Amino acid sequence: MVNPIKRIPKEMFEPKRVDESLAEKIEKPSLSFWQDAWLRVKKNKAAIVSVVVLTLLIIMALIGPYLSGHTVQQNVEHANLPPRIAAVADVSWLPFDGTLKNRDGAILTPYEDRQITESYWFGTDSLGRDLFTRLWLGVRISLFIAFLATAIDMVIGVSYGAISGYFGGRVDNIMQRIIEILSGIPNLVIVILLILILEPGILAITLALALTGWVTMARVVRGQVLKLKNQEFALASKTLGATDYRIIFKHLMPNMVGVIIVNMMFTIPSAIFFEAFLSFIGLGLKPPNASLGTLIEDGFRVMLLYPYMLIIPSIVISLLMVTFNLLGDGLRDALDPKMRD
Amino acid sequence: MVGYLLKRIGLMLLTLFIVISLTFFLMKLIPGSPFSAAAKLNETQRAIMAAKYGLDQPVPVQYLKYMTNVLQGDLGVSFQFSNTPVTELIAKRIGPSATLGLQAMIFGTIFGIILGVIAALRQNTWMDYGSTLVAVLGKSIPSFVFAAMLQYFIAVRLGWFPVAFWRGYEYSILPTIALAIFPISIAARFMRTEMIEVLSSDYIVLARAKGASSFEVAFKHALRNALIPVVTVLGPLAVSLITGSLVVERVFAIPGLGEQFVTSINVLDYPVIMGTTILFAALFIFVVLIVDILYSIIDPRIRLSGGEN
Amino acid sequence: MESILTVKDLAISFNTYAGEVKAIRGVNFELYKGETLAIVGESGSGKSVTTKSIMRLLPKSNSEMKPESQILFDGKDLTKQTDKQMEKIRGKDISMIFQDPMTSLNPTMKIGKQIAEPLLKHQNLSKAQAKARALELLKLVGIPNPEVRINQYPHQFSGGQRQRIVIAVALACNPKVLIADEPTTALDVTIQAQILDLMKDLQKKIDTSIIFITHDLGVVASVADRVAVMYGGRIVEVGTVDEIFYNPKHPYTWGLISSMPSLETDVDELFVIPGSPPDLLNPPKGDAFAARNRFAMAIDFEEEPPMFKVSETHYAATWLLHPDAPYVEPPEAVKKNQEKFNNAQSKGGVY
Repeated sequence: MVNPIKRIPKEMFEPKRVDESLAEKIEKPSLSFWQDAWLRVKKNKAAIVSVVVLTLLIIMALIGPYLSGHTVQQNVEHANLPPRIAAVADVSWLPFDGTLKNRDGAILTPYEDRQITESYWFGTDSLGRDLFTRLWLGVRISLFIAFLATAIDMVIGVSYGAISGYFGGRVDNIMQRIIEILSGIPNLVIVILLILILEPGILAITLALALTGWVTMARVVRGQVLKLKNQEFALASKTLGATDYRIIFKHLMPNMVGVIIVNMMFTIPSAIFFEAFLSFIGLGLKPPNASLGTLIEDGFRVMLLYPYMLIIPSIVISLLMVTFNLLGDGLRDALDPKMRD
Repeated sequence: MVGYLLKRIGLMLLTLFIVISLTFFLMKLIPGSPFSAAAKLNETQRAIMAAKYGLDQPVPVQYLKYMTNVLQGDLGVSFQFSNTPVTELIAKRIGPSATLGLQAMIFGTIFGIILGVIAALRQNTWMDYGSTLVAVLGKSIPSFVFAAMLQYFIAVRLGWFPVAFWRGYEYSILPTIALAIFPISIAARFMRTEMIEVLSSDYIVLARAKGASSFEVAFKHALRNALIPVVTVLGPLAVSLITGSLVVERVFAIPGLGEQFVTSINVLDYPVIMGTTILFAALFIFVVLIVDILYSIIDPRIRLSGGEN
Repeated sequence: MESILTVKDLAISFNTYAGEVKAIRGVNFELYKGETLAIVGESGSGKSVTTKSIMRLLPKSNSEMKPESQILFDGKDLTKQTDKQMEKIRGKDISMIFQDPMTSLNPTMKIGKQIAEPLLKHQNLSKAQAKARALELLKLVGIPNPEVRINQYPHQFSGGQRQRIVIAVALACNPKVLIADEPTTALDVTIQAQILDLMKDLQKKIDTSIIFITHDLGVVASVADRVAVMYGGRIVEVGTVDEIFYNPKHPYTWGLISSMPSLETDVDELFVIPGSPPDLLNPPKGDAFAARNRFAMAIDFEEEPPMFKVSETHYAATWLLHPDAPYVEPPEAVKKNQEKFNNAQSKGGVY
């Protein structure tokens, strides 16, 4: 247990003090909440890939409709053309060679048969409209509806939750009963009834989604407010005479931004889903407007003959859903204060 | 416990009452509703409606009449199926929907729980990543896209299962999978998180310190504690199956409630829409209640504190 | 004295995203039969990791025990045992009590079953026998009305009662070694004393040796026979209770004792050890305590001090004990303690 005593030069036993401030030195650079969250998101590869894919999809939703050189003009002579991209037409495993297999396995070549020289990248629909252009217009509308519904959702949900949680007592009691009853009614029912009244359209769908979606947000925000408002910093501010408005917006809100954002990140895909769902059961946009849902619905009708009409928008909506969900997961992990060390 | 139950049932009836009233008044607002003059009814239907709902009478009277009818189990008659009572239509259609729903619920939750437990016990291995991938895809890909893809690739291209319709057990397999993918993914993720949390808790370390083997620790101590919270997602899952059934039944042309509901929406068969809506709402409210009761039965903390205080 | 457990060169690292954290850096100690050894130190000094590694309860996925480590118990090196062999030792020969009684019992299992579990596992008792023994144990740890309470769930017990149940679980098989990881930290002071009394009482009854982890020197004084002081993943001083309290040699121990509130001292402010524990991700060169040491010397920043012998039972790892080191006055509080002790000794009384 004991080592034999070693000879050590005398000067080594001179007292030596380290600067006391060094002992208290903070080893890690101090990071703001957002810097810290960003560092965490960066570590999450799935979230980063999602951000990239999402950015591309959003850019395409903005510029995609102008890229193919075709408009969504009807052109019956060019109806039901399969996808053809000249540059990759020879790559055998890619389905962009402009041919189509019918149910008996025979290969159809509609471009050659009809002597069409132009290429439609994602093919055309039964009215000869360019599906590439229509697809990105559809993505644009789907995203627009989802973002708008989410924004309305957030405004209603945050205000409702904050008021209910902050004022507590009887106000809270009544507001919670209302929420309880509302959440007792299936969203599906409300959405369908609302759309039947309002006539299907962008506005009706957005409104229906927003009116059913805010309850979750209100619950989350109320829970946070209840937790935060009794913490010392909020009480301190109250004893110093801050107004309710100031406490809510200056002290509580900044602490809730994380949860609110995470919640929004999950509301967006659910709005995208519901819009497509409504279109699929016949409550979607009316032609000639297209959304991802109506494109899938159109494609589904002719799935056996022209599978590309179903498969391409299906892939795009799945990509949108997966990336939003992965990004939401990543943000949730990054913004969850429990995970900070 | 009894008090709590009574309170819950009271709230449930109130919600149902509100749903029915809401449905009634919304229907009155709809242009071309069965109660407005513009409805596309033939003479016989109009006569039946007038007699049944007293359409010439003021709205409150109509409302009372409607509520009494609903309470007596009378949901009106369908337009599209020449005056068949809605209740009869529902009774005829509920079989396939219930079969599909139950199959998907049972298969989905059990399979999801197994996936989640495996992922938690084999954290950061390919099994974990595989199960996470299934969960992310299942949660993200819309049910109708998944159903259509299953139908196109597995039934049409590979021919392993019937493409559509409802003529025997094999016809239910693809629709069940299409419906179950969402419960699978939700149950798997939830179970994984819960299981990991439970496995790192103090009482698990204590169980190991007592000499319990890793098998005993996982299945005697951890599993039950991790399963309890999973019960809470069963309610939302059951509800998602209702939503899913609308589209999945449409994709596979299954003569169920969902398919009928979608058709009714497209032809504006209001009595059927209303009747089905009320049924869905009742089902939803009932499932949520059952889940709450189930939860309080499984978790001794809730059961006993409710019972003694 | 007969040694029951010997820990030699124990070194444990955790692999984290940031790198390898050297949590335990060469720990040596012995536990004698029938004694209570207290391990004291601040959070992060490696107390809990040391004891968890004796039970081999550290997660395999991210912790690594260095090959030179040895834990000798009952003629076996615990570091070399398979998982199956360890299961036979855990709960039977060595058992453990954890810090927080509120979380260390399975919330969905009746406490009778939780107490009976090690009995069924290790002693081949029938269910009825195990239940009878569980009842006996509940009585032994002072739970009133055990016939009823044996069928209850943990949430129906208070914190102090739960800790009694955890003790019953730990003592079920009359273990040779009991590891108590801050068993009273989470409890009210009045309950603390009860639990400590219970442990002392039971130790006599079943003749077990206890490793008692704590950061509370007051608790140490009342339960321990010997004390090991841990700092930065090493034991820096070890000795009998008297030696550590009244004749400490390591400046860190001086700090601990000076920072202990006492009724007799009439100081306005408690002594604080400046700075924070060392970063074990990049352990400093030399003595880990040097940066916070008022008495640090040049050598402290160059080389880690070996264990210097003070007496047969008392060792400390500080260069101040080197024959060439200058004499330094211990702080006031420590000197007072020493005087008190010397006075008591010279009067021949027991302090």
